[in-house]
Amino acid sequence: MALLQIAEPGLSAAPHQHRLAVGIDLGTTNSLVATVRSGAAGVLPDECGRSLLPSVVRYLDDGDVAVGFAAQAEQSRDPHNTIVSVKRFMGRGLADISEAAAQPYRFVDAPGMVQLITRAGPKSPVEISADILRALKQRAEASLGGELVGAVITVPAYFDDAQRQATKDAARLAGLNVLRLLNEPTAAAIAYGLDNSSEGVYVVYDLGGGTFDVSILKLTQGVFEVLSTSGDSALGGDDFDHRVYCWALAQAGLSGLNAHDSRLLLTCAREAKEALTEHASTHLTALLSDGQAIDLTLDQDTFRDITKTLVDKTLLPVRKALRDARIGVDDVKGVVMVGGATRMPHIQKAVGDLFGQTPLTNLDPDKVVALGAAMQANVLAGNKQDDDWLLLDVIPLSLGLETMGGLTEKIIPRNSTLPIARAQEFTTFKDGQTAMSIHVLQGERELVSDCRSLAQFVLRGIPPMVAGAARIRITFQVDADGLLAVSARELTSGVEAHIEVKPSYGLSDEEITRMLTDSLAHVQDDIEARKLREAIVDAESLADATRAAIAADGDLLSADELAAIEAGLGAVADAIAGNRTVAINEAAHQLNRLTETFAARRMDRNVQRALKGHNIAEL
Amino acid sequence: MNFDFKQDHFSLFGLPRRFALDAGQLDSAWRTVAAQVHPDRYASAGDAEKRAALMMATHANEAYRTLKSPLARARYLLQLAGVDTQEDTNTSMPADFLMAQMEWREAIGEAKDEHDVAALEKLARDLQRDAAALQQHLGVALDDAGDLDGAAVLVRKLRFLEKLEQEIGDAIESLLF
Repeated sequence: MALLQIAEPGLSAAPHQHRLAVGIDLGTTNSLVATVRSGAAGVLPDECGRSLLPSVVRYLDDGDVAVGFAAQAEQSRDPHNTIVSVKRFMGRGLADISEAAAQPYRFVDAPGMVQLITRAGPKSPVEISADILRALKQRAEASLGGELVGAVITVPAYFDDAQRQATKDAARLAGLNVLRLLNEPTAAAIAYGLDNSSEGVYVVYDLGGGTFDVSILKLTQGVFEVLSTSGDSALGGDDFDHRVYCWALAQAGLSGLNAHDSRLLLTCAREAKEALTEHASTHLTALLSDGQAIDLTLDQDTFRDITKTLVDKTLLPVRKALRDARIGVDDVKGVVMVGGATRMPHIQKAVGDLFGQTPLTNLDPDKVVALGAAMQANVLAGNKQDDDWLLLDVIPLSLGLETMGGLTEKIIPRNSTLPIARAQEFTTFKDGQTAMSIHVLQGERELVSDCRSLAQFVLRGIPPMVAGAARIRITFQVDADGLLAVSARELTSGVEAHIEVKPSYGLSDEEITRMLTDSLAHVQDDIEARKLREAIVDAESLADATRAAIAADGDLLSADELAAIEAGLGAVADAIAGNRTVAINEAAHQLNRLTETFAARRMDRNVQRALKGHNIAEL
Repeated sequence: MNFDFKQDHFSLFGLPRRFALDAGQLDSAWRTVAAQVHPDRYASAGDAEKRAALMMATHANEAYRTLKSPLARARYLLQLAGVDTQEDTNTSMPADFLMAQMEWREAIGEAKDEHDVAALEKLARDLQRDAAALQQHLGVALDDAGDLDGAAVLVRKLRFLEKLEQEIGDAIESLLF
């Protein structure tokens, strides 16, 4: 519904109606869903009272999908079809995945993102994550007794554009309306900050299952301003398991385990790590498929030694974030620990030593992100009118363009406050040049090959001119979710070559629609019928809004554009008459697309009408 | 949603149009504006409003970023006064300034080769002191003397120092991380 919902904010919802919104922590190891009820945030448990949902998805023989504990229980028996830690593959190509050979999965490289071969066919990490999100959505709707208005989904602050886009796509695929992608450390800060109503500079140290993030935040009068963020999107508790696993292999003199044994031993390694949080030493026992028994003893000192480099590796981004924020350790008022992996005593000690103070651990490190996300979802859904707060987040990695010689030129520096836009002008290099290749990158390194490639596109239709005469302006816009849109136009000739690109790792709307259609193939008829009714209602209201807009501002359209929109309206009417949900949605989608430019022009006109020289402070 | 994209950045934040600036006042004015126009305030609004909020919040952040940096603020004041700072075209600089630049560069290169982070950090502090002196001159030129051409020269000088500072930062980072 791109068109014309120009109403005062807050008026659309009935005033006393509580809108159901949730916060979802889509974790590498575990995921959670939380909501705010009667003013208090709480995690929603499953029917057995368990808060955590293991982020494990298993594709079964009969076409069913098991998510959570049921899938986890089978992971060593069915390793190829049971996917754990899928978050590590989000927005990643095969070349990005370190130790791909050590994983029990069959990877294939696909355009944009790696896929995993399962008995249900090739699955992209987006689809697998959507299965996890769908389970959480069902849990929330069953528990809250209604449909969700929207969800806030958390992502590691250090996620790049491709990883964020993949997360948002997964949520859309699961049928969730994403109110906001929220950085995990920021979510944790909300949960802590509001409990303690403190002002000052806080450091959030977030070591999850597969990602490490550190954020430095300043809290002032209800504003959470992120000063800097840093981290490592491929470092987490899993790596500690892996060190224990490698240690066990070496101790037992083993090599080249099969997928089943490898998964079994990794599970034992994780249990040993968790046991060492409470105990000075633990046993690691396993029976391998060839009958060989493993029985090892691991004590805390050995564990600390074999994982010391990992702990040190987390302290570098902490120092880097302090440097970027221009903050010394003495300026830090509190250090918040987030993520199950921060339960490890030697991590708490290392962080405590660095900052000269005991880190805050009074909220459950597994739940704090979901709780903060739920609080933010409650605000964004419009349930909270007074004393709400504002989050000012930053972009974690610089954005740039490839220039001559394989070098990157930074356009938006890291840690810039979002949203942000930056335009850069380019010119042609040869006489008569009509096309130009643009390569968008994210990262801090100077060489293109060291940065992540986000999008590559060719700008065509530049009017032929002498070299250097054309002026092409490329605009980067990063929204509050940290998602990038790039547009380009030629300025001199009045000919506008205007394009919008999506990062190459993102899914196109068509792909999302296809996946949605695929996933709908199995559902019951009554759900189909409801979808059809909803599609008709939505399509009709879009058509009505379009006609009203033409009546009001039809002068903004050329005859051709008007004809195209009229044709789109006709197609919607035909599709409704045909009673087919997919066709109706497609026609509505097409009409939406046709009216995008019109909507933008109407918005501009509305903004222009409002431009009467008011100072913003007077509003 | 009334938002004047044409008013200058100082008016947006209700600040006097001058180089001298109360940083705390700017910070708090920016937070006030951001709180009103941030897209999160329109999370349950229509797409057109969301787009408008995105544009307004982007504009407010850009204005804040411009006013917060002394170099960008001076450049912006000159631009408002119709003076081109010629940072890319005019490279003529007094000989003593150029000589000092070469010395800076040599010192940075040496400290980097010797992996001497402490020396780099000292260079950064020295540089900040020089930059502060230039900023003081800029304040006089822009706010008191109305010497716009002189201010443009100072902007070009300050740009050099900012690049040096960036170079030192990159060197420290490459040694530390």
